[in-house]
Amino acid sequence: MNPLKTLVFAARAIRANLTRACLTLLGVLIGVGSVILLLGVGSGATAAVAEQIQGLGSNTITVSSGGMSRGSTRFQNLTLDIAEALGDQDSAPDIAEVVPQVSTSATVVVGSLTTSATVIGTTANYFAVTSSDLAQGTAFQQVDVDAARSVCVLGADLAEDLFEGADPVGQTINVGGTPFVVYGVMKAKDTTGGTSNNSSLVAPLSRVQRSLTGYGNLSTLTLQATSTDTVDAAAAEAESVIATQLKVSTSELSVSVTTQEQLLSASTEVNSSLSAMLAAIAAISLVVGGIGVMNIMLVTVSERTREIGIRKALGAGQGVISAQFVTEATILSTAGGLLGVAGAFGASNFTILGTKPVITSGSVLLALGVSVAIGIVFGGYPAIRAAAMKPVDALRHE
Amino acid sequence: MTASPPQEAQAAPAGPPPVIGPPPVIETRDLYRIYGRGDSEVRALDGASLTVQPGEFVAIMGASGSGKSTMMHILGCLDTPDAGTYRLDGVDVSTMTGRELSRVRNRKIGFVFQSFNLIPTMSAFENVELPMIYAGVARRERRQRAALALSMVGLTSRAKHRPGEMSGGQQQRVAVARSLVNAPALILADEPTGNLDSTATAEVLDVFGQINAAGRSVVLITHENDVAAHAHRVVRMRDGRIVSDTAQDGPSTIELAPVPATTLGGEL
Repeated sequence: MNPLKTLVFAARAIRANLTRACLTLLGVLIGVGSVILLLGVGSGATAAVAEQIQGLGSNTITVSSGGMSRGSTRFQNLTLDIAEALGDQDSAPDIAEVVPQVSTSATVVVGSLTTSATVIGTTANYFAVTSSDLAQGTAFQQVDVDAARSVCVLGADLAEDLFEGADPVGQTINVGGTPFVVYGVMKAKDTTGGTSNNSSLVAPLSRVQRSLTGYGNLSTLTLQATSTDTVDAAAAEAESVIATQLKVSTSELSVSVTTQEQLLSASTEVNSSLSAMLAAIAAISLVVGGIGVMNIMLVTVSERTREIGIRKALGAGQGVISAQFVTEATILSTAGGLLGVAGAFGASNFTILGTKPVITSGSVLLALGVSVAIGIVFGGYPAIRAAAMKPVDALRHE
Repeated sequence: MTASPPQEAQAAPAGPPPVIGPPPVIETRDLYRIYGRGDSEVRALDGASLTVQPGEFVAIMGASGSGKSTMMHILGCLDTPDAGTYRLDGVDVSTMTGRELSRVRNRKIGFVFQSFNLIPTMSAFENVELPMIYAGVARRERRQRAALALSMVGLTSRAKHRPGEMSGGQQQRVAVARSLVNAPALILADEPTGNLDSTATAEVLDVFGQINAAGRSVVLITHENDVAAHAHRVVRMRDGRIVSDTAQDGPSTIELAPVPATTLGGEL
């Protein structure tokens, strides 16, 4: 019997029970759709991180204090002295910029609105090094830092919270009891794969220390290497300079020196393992969909036992009968798979888990291949059962 | 066309079929079919031997439980005997595998069942085409043969109707058309008029008469005497054995065929 005729018979049998067929392929549809979509979320997140690396330039290094060192009871704190030493061209020639930062949490009051925000005290080069461009107004300058002026720049979300669309530039806000004049507002940053300063308030380091934190230790230091090629050298120099300043060997150093690349690769790793887990959960639903196909095919075979008997009496061989049922199951699962792909493409226009999914051709091919395989595997058993029936028994069936 | 005297047929020597002339359509020897074991053992066939020559019209009669249905299943290659040999059209089918048997059912046997057994989702035309699809007949020829077979049973105008849209008599005539399309050696009818009223019964029996008149062997299983009266030879079964085998005159009444008898079956 030619394959086309097998296909026609199978399509006809499906049409005879359309509602049931639709419900069956819904299972495969959901399975395939969610596998593709969640793999898409994973690659979307990875793509966003890659974009961030491009945007940031991968030449920044974050130095954060690590608390107590191994084998020592002394705290290894970051100080302004360390920051100055890192800026020394002789001992650290590959470090171009040093951005010392203190951060604290403070209550911000504007009129009747009160909110809590992270206050970052830093130097004027903060904006350039962290790629924090201004959306409105201007950044503060080194003179403002030197004079410890009470000025600040708001993160995009914080500005929206406090001013609700009104122009904040030139307004005075109360931060932890001290009035600050708003100089500017930063552009919103993509939050995927890392922290952002969207809800922070950035002010001169000297002013923040004087009014809010006191002249203690720094929270972090952001360094910029002279180029992307010198990042590793700059990180090594930073470790040795800091170790010298703290009077410990580099192996005893508990201060962490992390390049942007390391941060992002760590975040990519988290992303990909998360998306693999999500896809695995979705794959379970695909298996459930397959079992649904098998279930319905078993019902179909037992419902059509008599028809199988008639076809056998008319000379249909075992191969013809089993091919018919396998084809039927495969049509169901493949149709479900195709609709699942369409559904995934539709849903990929929305942001899911904070990410815009990027659907890759690989995941589409994989899911389609799996849905075809589901038809063959889960349709196979019912088909073999149908084909193995003795014609006389099948004909007797009512 | 005349039926061979059954005594002669029974007396045919054992072993290979006679060299002269065509082999018998059916030649069974000591068929046994036993269900269950021990006390609950049922001998549905208990040493049944039957020979049918080409062109014969044989009725197999018997009460329910006489083994005639089991006989029909084995003659139709729907079931296999536990012991004994069965030569269909000169070929021993009692040792064949499932695949070979489905080929034999397709090419050598045309079935007509009591409950018609048409496929409800297919039109009359498609039902008639089906055995040819399994035989691998090309589309064009398939259509010609299906159209011809439907015209023979007088149902050309019903070709597009589904079984549910036809009367019982019409459905059975579609089934008869279906049984003919692969030009089988044997038409095997199992209580073909059991579900039909007297008018439809007459129509269907008339078609069988025409098929047989065109030279095709017909074996009809029935428990109705007036149906068996259309056959040239009546075989009676009881308890799984053949208890009588008598020749009789042809059909008591021959009605005029709507189609010349020479075309019936002859061209298929």
